[in-house]
Amino acid sequence: MSASYIFRKFKNSLFFGLCLVCVIIAVVPLLSILYEVIMRGAPQLSLQFLTKSGLEGGIGPAIQGTLILIGLTSLIGIPVGVLSGVYLAEYGNNKYAASMRSINDVLTEFPSIVVGITVFSVIVLGVTGSYSPIAGAVALSFILIPIVARTTEESLKLVPTSVREASLALGVNKWKTTLRVVLPSARAGLVTGTLLAVARIAGETAPLILTILGNSYFFQGFNAPMDALPIRIWTDARQPYAEVQAQGWSAALILILIVLSLNIGVRLASRGRLGR
Amino acid sequence: MVREQICMIKKLAGDNLFKILTAIVAASAAVILIVNAGTLIGGSLPVLQRFGTYFFTGTTWNPVEGRELFGALPYVMGTLVTSAIALLIGVPISLGIAIFLAEMAPKAMKVPVSYLVELLAAVPSVIYGLWGLFVLRIWMQNYIETPLSTYLGWIPIFSGTPFGLDIFTAGVILAIMIIPTVASVSREVINAVPDSIREGAYSIGATKWEVIRYWVLSYGRSGIFGAVILGLGRAVGETMAVTMVIGNAIGPVAMPTSLFKPGQTMSSLIANGFLESTTPIEKSAYMGVGLILLLVSLLINIGAHIMVTRVLKVKGGAVE
Amino acid sequence: MRSTSKIAIGIIAIVVIVAAVASYMYLSQTGTQLEPATLNGAGATFPQPFLNATITKYTQNVRTNLQINYQGVGSGQGISSLIAKTVDFAASDAPLSASQRQQAPNALHIPETIGAVTIAYNLPGVQSGLQLTGQVIAGIYLGTITNWNDPAMQSLNTNLTLPDHAITTVHRSDSSGTTRIFTKYLSNVSSTWASQVGSGTSVQWPGGLGASGNAAVAATVNQTQYAIGYVELAYALQNAMSVAAVKNPAGNYISPTLASTTTAVQSGASSGLPAGNQDWGNVSLLNTQAAQAYPIVSFTYLLVYQELNVTSGMDKNKATQLVQFIWWVVHSGQDLAPSLQYAQLPANVVQIDETSIQSITFDGQHLPTS
Repeated sequence: MSASYIFRKFKNSLFFGLCLVCVIIAVVPLLSILYEVIMRGAPQLSLQFLTKSGLEGGIGPAIQGTLILIGLTSLIGIPVGVLSGVYLAEYGNNKYAASMRSINDVLTEFPSIVVGITVFSVIVLGVTGSYSPIAGAVALSFILIPIVARTTEESLKLVPTSVREASLALGVNKWKTTLRVVLPSARAGLVTGTLLAVARIAGETAPLILTILGNSYFFQGFNAPMDALPIRIWTDARQPYAEVQAQGWSAALILILIVLSLNIGVRLASRGRLGR
Repeated sequence: MVREQICMIKKLAGDNLFKILTAIVAASAAVILIVNAGTLIGGSLPVLQRFGTYFFTGTTWNPVEGRELFGALPYVMGTLVTSAIALLIGVPISLGIAIFLAEMAPKAMKVPVSYLVELLAAVPSVIYGLWGLFVLRIWMQNYIETPLSTYLGWIPIFSGTPFGLDIFTAGVILAIMIIPTVASVSREVINAVPDSIREGAYSIGATKWEVIRYWVLSYGRSGIFGAVILGLGRAVGETMAVTMVIGNAIGPVAMPTSLFKPGQTMSSLIANGFLESTTPIEKSAYMGVGLILLLVSLLINIGAHIMVTRVLKVKGGAVE
Repeated sequence: MRSTSKIAIGIIAIVVIVAAVASYMYLSQTGTQLEPATLNGAGATFPQPFLNATITKYTQNVRTNLQINYQGVGSGQGISSLIAKTVDFAASDAPLSASQRQQAPNALHIPETIGAVTIAYNLPGVQSGLQLTGQVIAGIYLGTITNWNDPAMQSLNTNLTLPDHAITTVHRSDSSGTTRIFTKYLSNVSSTWASQVGSGTSVQWPGGLGASGNAAVAATVNQTQYAIGYVELAYALQNAMSVAAVKNPAGNYISPTLASTTTAVQSGASSGLPAGNQDWGNVSLLNTQAAQAYPIVSFTYLLVYQELNVTSGMDKNKATQLVQFIWWVVHSGQDLAPSLQYAQLPANVVQIDETSIQSITFDGQHLPTS
């Protein structure tokens, strides 16, 4: 064996070792985040803490607010996103669809603070005149719709054309075919994509700061500020009082539980179907 | 005969209606884009008209009444510098992960490891910020910045007393956050390299590493470059995590001349200051910064998608 | 039988009439029976300890069906929320500027308490007794005085040995009325500061660390050795910070205490105060003449619209609740101030406030103050 061959073998092992190190480096922050969130956030957890309002030292309003936002955003965003995806998948072989597709791609990476400014100007100042859960839901929908449109389109494209053709051959309209045959076949992918998108918007903060502001009380109507878990984390983290910071960690724990269980649950459920 | 024709017309009408309905709904993408761009453009007109090019080249940020002067340069530089740090640190790590998953890992490890990397993407940005503010900042200050400052403090980019809340920490957090994106796209690029290339290289006696380094990576280089640009796009738009660890500097002192200086990016400036602006011109200044951010982000993302889709020949939808 | 039914009818008629009159009297009573409401306020962190105390006491003891949500997001955001009419009231240490008064027409300034801006420091080895003048403080924040043992500092503190170490200045990164008070003081005492930086809720600091909120500045100074920062008195005390004695126009070095703050108020607020809906931009409790007055003292204001129907979501019940809360704050609520180291409003200021509060209307109707 020549020296240069040994050296090359050494380099081989060295660099693969480095790759492994890279993997470890990437996993360390994840583990650290989970560890810290649990260690710092769990001690405060109690039924009291989860259900009391801000003045009584609890994060009940934040949890309620996040759930309300998820609900409102889904109500607005999922139908719009799914129908957009349907158009792009079923009728999308033209320039108009191509440009909508590109715009959606671009929108998924939009800086969310910009969405916050826009919705603040248009809805908080223009429509409702006050911080409002509706403004928050609209801002989050702006982020949700492009993602859902894209995943819907992809899921629908995975449905074999033979399925569509069979249905059309039986004399069913195109639109009935789409709604009653194609969509149900793609159900798994649709649900996966939608839940992942919902998990994503549940954690968005920047748009919420500018649209719902935060509140120590429970939901007070559609024309009032509202709390939400990401806002609670953001506000509490910047307070210098240890008890308040601890509340922020607990809010982070709840949020990460929601987000991660959506993520992991969805992927576990789809693993069987997609045969990854 | 007539009944069948009526039936057919009804069918077609229903189909057309459906097609038109969904087409209109699909326009939501354009609506969202136009509303965002329009609001920002309209809102920035006052500040652009009043300060012109100074807004893009100047460094002063003075909201004091009577002395108003707004220059966005430090924050544009802050965004670029933190993103550059993110790429410098994050891309090599992402490539390492991509190579590991594509070439090295035994089948059983591929799925769990890629899950873990994807979970990094699922963590909300504000939680990264929280962790960064309380944990990463201490690590950075004690184990990285203070030693660097003690021994290498004479180098300009390491000057200043490190407090942990600075451009460096912001860059590191961004690096962690772009890893899932860059790693998963790079992995697909590497997987897309035809085996014939690899086999050809093995046949002349190259080691596995050499195959990757000299053949696979260069074959996929434009795809990987696209992945890097995608990561850059993500880094540029990131707000919350950066805002919580960057130190919140304003004005000429916010120019990123040292890694250990508190800084400011375009998005963190807006997150910190927009709601407090009381005069219309100040609000307009924030909107102007938002507009610059939007344009930079659009340019980068459009570029990235063109590159990635050209190489992978799939719609941009396959990649995050 | 007929006479019995006549009597019965008579009795019923009397009962009905009495009931009608009684109901009319009952229903036309204003004020004592208010419905539940929630009020939203935003603004300064400077008075937040005092406001929180008054809110807690008032909503627990006086009006249990009232909820008041106050977010200490900084004077700047409080004012911008008031202008946008997204809150029911704002709190600010800075009075509205001319352009802000244009954007918020007929907004009333109601001073609700008085606080002092202290110069807090974290100097290992020097627990107390640091003496500073306005000029020196300006020099520190301008960056012309960079070291603790600079001759300018040492000459004021001949009985202390100041260490040889760089000074880290801490300032507010958010738009803050405390900043305005502090920078106005610096502009008064240093023409260099006035021309280079000026005063306002947000200025261009020549360097230093930024922290968001009085509490955060206090925490940052506490965690950073050799740091100096400007912090409202209640926060400095809460965090057991070392504060400097500042030289006043009479030539004495005065520490910030409730007593020296009150002296400053009595000296500076005795006359010449504007009405609630006028310009308060020139009202200053800085550098008052009394011998024992602390020089960096300021009013802090509740800001509300004189005609409340412009605020979104407002109705007569809420407006009445708001008016009565503010009335309580400037009267009974003042008892809570001293224990928190806020000075009580002098009688002449309370009178001005009373006039302002009584001028508040909803749909043109004046509202009962108790």
